[in-house]
Amino acid sequence: MILNTLREEIIADTFNDLAPESRSLTQDAIRRLLRNKAAVVSMFLVGFLILAAFIGPSLVPYNYEDPDWGALKVAPSTASGHYFGTDQNGRDLLARTLYGTRISLAVALTATLVSVGIGVLYGAVAGYIGGRTDQIMMRFVDIMYALPYLMFVILLMVIFGRNVYLLFAAIGALEWLTMARIVRGQTLSLKEREFVEAARASGQRPFKIIVKHIIPNLLGPVVIYAALTIPEIIAIESFLSYLGFGVQEPLTSLGTLISEGASIFEVLPWLLWFPAVVLVTLLMGLLFIGDGLRDAFDPKDR
Amino acid sequence: MALLSLQDYTIRFDTPEGEVQAVSGMNLSIQPGERLAIVGESGSGKSQTFLGVMGLLAKNGTTTGQAIFDGQDLLKLTSRQLDKVRGKDITMVFQDPMTALNPSLRISRQLTEQLEVHQGLSPRQATAEALQMLERVGIPDPIRRFRLYPHELSGGMRQRVVIAMALLCKPKLLIADEPTTALDVTIQAQILDLFADLAADLGTALVTITHDMGVVAGIADRVVVMYGGRIVEDAGVDRIFDNPAHPYTAALLNSIPRVDKARSAIAPIPGQPPNLIRLPQGCAFHTRCAYATDKCRETPPNLTAKGPVRVACYHPLTERELADA
Amino acid sequence: MIRYALHRLLTTIPVLWIAITLSFFTLRLAPGGPFDGERPLSPAVMKNLAAHYNLDKPLFTQYWNYLADVMRGDLGPSFASDDFTVTDQLLQGLPFTVTIGLSALLIALLVGVTAGVIGALYQNKMPDYGMGFIILVGLVIPNFLMAPILQLIFGIWLDVVPVGGWGNGSLPYLALPITVLALPHAARISRLTRGSMIEVLNSNFIRTARSKGIGARLTIIRHALKPAMMPVVSYLGPAASYLLTGSIVVEQIFGLPGIGRLFVTAALNRDYGMVLGTVILYMFLIVLLNLLVDIAYAWLDPKVRAR
Repeated sequence: MILNTLREEIIADTFNDLAPESRSLTQDAIRRLLRNKAAVVSMFLVGFLILAAFIGPSLVPYNYEDPDWGALKVAPSTASGHYFGTDQNGRDLLARTLYGTRISLAVALTATLVSVGIGVLYGAVAGYIGGRTDQIMMRFVDIMYALPYLMFVILLMVIFGRNVYLLFAAIGALEWLTMARIVRGQTLSLKEREFVEAARASGQRPFKIIVKHIIPNLLGPVVIYAALTIPEIIAIESFLSYLGFGVQEPLTSLGTLISEGASIFEVLPWLLWFPAVVLVTLLMGLLFIGDGLRDAFDPKDR
Repeated sequence: MALLSLQDYTIRFDTPEGEVQAVSGMNLSIQPGERLAIVGESGSGKSQTFLGVMGLLAKNGTTTGQAIFDGQDLLKLTSRQLDKVRGKDITMVFQDPMTALNPSLRISRQLTEQLEVHQGLSPRQATAEALQMLERVGIPDPIRRFRLYPHELSGGMRQRVVIAMALLCKPKLLIADEPTTALDVTIQAQILDLFADLAADLGTALVTITHDMGVVAGIADRVVVMYGGRIVEDAGVDRIFDNPAHPYTAALLNSIPRVDKARSAIAPIPGQPPNLIRLPQGCAFHTRCAYATDKCRETPPNLTAKGPVRVACYHPLTERELADA
Repeated sequence: MIRYALHRLLTTIPVLWIAITLSFFTLRLAPGGPFDGERPLSPAVMKNLAAHYNLDKPLFTQYWNYLADVMRGDLGPSFASDDFTVTDQLLQGLPFTVTIGLSALLIALLVGVTAGVIGALYQNKMPDYGMGFIILVGLVIPNFLMAPILQLIFGIWLDVVPVGGWGNGSLPYLALPITVLALPHAARISRLTRGSMIEVLNSNFIRTARSKGIGARLTIIRHALKPAMMPVVSYLGPAASYLLTGSIVVEQIFGLPGIGRLFVTAALNRDYGMVLGTVILYMFLIVLLNLLVDIAYAWLDPKVRAR
């Protein structure tokens, strides 16, 4: 404790002596993030995968769903032109993997946006209004938290058909709870700050205050938790697709690919390995980035 | 025979921004039963000095020099060996009673464990002694309060419990780090008196670390002033207030409101506290000192005895007077 | 403490009720029915079936009847099977699910906490890094991927355990499913413990404890462990939820006759009764576990009891 104040004074002093320019919080955070080797490498890897997923399918000569009748169940090779091999229907695995990655990412992004949108609004409103409304709203969140949400998602998928858009929304609806809790916590502390008081004193309406003052200052934690949520959502989508409740034919996702691969694993192992490696790399990379962001914005001795 | 003798005592911290010299070449002797106050701003090294002696420095801290207590150099002991000394012969009371106690353990547990570990008492014997001590520190109805959790006690109560914990094993040396800073003004005086009385009763030497000269006046016979990790003045309490020798001490006294001075006479000390990673070449205080000369800028002055006072300055304020002594 | 437990118990009942209601209406309001199967049935047959299963009564009546039945433990008939009611089938599957679920939870807790404490004590040294890697693997690889990998390594290459099936329920058969189920949670718990322990070890009250000279062992076990466990216990609530849903996959892959398999089949076949019943049972289990977690948390943090 003592050492921390000591360090802060020292650091403040050192920089006062060297270069009296002001450094914003974000600049500090970005510097710290760039020092994190794992995070930087991950950013490149994930960036590459994202690029590959969205541009790749147009570069690969094969389509993700057209069978190549002359090349059924072919092992990966450069000679045949099927770098990742083909499946039982002769579909090129590389194309399918890239396409599947694209779908998985699209679902994750959309679901994250949905969950962030709902969560931030809900949490900010609850935190700002406070009092009984806050209590009731958070009670609702507590109750929802206790439910096995995934099962409801499965229920919904079963009932309303396996619609990809529904999938986005359903998963987003799953993840907003944590975001709401965090945002509410942050709002509670933010609303005591002077600039909020000033805004209130100048007569701004509560909703405007929430939108103009509180939400922009939440960006830090929101970005971090969004970054940490994306891999979870990809995992959930894969999980659902694996069970058969997620993305449906002819579309494919990493989960579906792994499911197919696992079933015929002993004969055509590459069908499992390639999508698996891509999935794991994606998840691991996102995890490091999320962790890196969190450490960058809130450094503690690890 | 000194109770605790610090010789050429240095504390360094290894940080990403560089090496911090928290304490540099300190020499200090504390006598049994003495009442000593250590004064300084935050960053002066006053707390670190004693954390180092107790083996409680942060992981990136190293000590050099000697800290002789009871014939042993505490700095050379392992953690396990230190455990036999701390809590028993040397105890420490920390700044914030709110966080000093473990929130998930009852105070009974936190009080009796010392007695059980250090004196081998049975739980029943330990309870009896602990209750006695609680009464002594002025906690009303100790039996009922004994089974409570820290958060169920008020701030003042908690500090009394902490004091009780520190005195349970009748230590030879008690170090109190800003004992009243976190308390209400109304209780500060009570707590200080408690410290003084109990320490006197048990014959415990009391070291009070503080930045508050009012506390100093209430609880010390001897005052050591620290600045930039060094002792700059070491004198009796009356002398410090009437006749400070070091310019910093004088400036410190001038910067606080005093009953015997006109209101307009408060003067904050100009400049900034020293950067402990890049200490100035000469005296640590020279950048803020009105009397600084070239000699002050080049070499740090040693702590030398000038009569009844030790002072580290080339131009102590009472030079003429001391020269005559 | 008892009062707190009772209070929590009372608040869980509305939660259960909400879940049941939600599930019921979601299912009923959905387009299509349980008999929209492969072969279209004649209207007369449909009418009889509807009457037999009470599907022709007004929705709210069905709801109240259902609620009453649930109170008595009767989860209704299964549309898929005539011989066994939903309750029967669920009770058959329950022991399997509970065995692997509970075992996985306990193992995750034990392994996770131990790993986390070691990581905190040897921060940034070899043991910490070594375990960090295993933890990463546990965190990142989803269970449906971990399963075939472990099946391959331990079931086929090393041939030390059977690849699937319940067998006689002995350890070799349970080892893989429990490991797959427990691993991601062990990883998370380990991370939580490590982080929390490090924070606790840096706190003021630990400094006080150290200054009392009571020794490293007592300091860690008596002073540090309880407060450090709080985030872990908080996590156990949602963990129970994830474990139960994870068991669905694990039961599928390893062919275990638990509730998860029943749920998936029922969901795919739109067997309303079964789906509803499974959801209610899962809900009940989760709520129970959450209750226990809350009580454990109150034991760890005395400040909570005051509320």
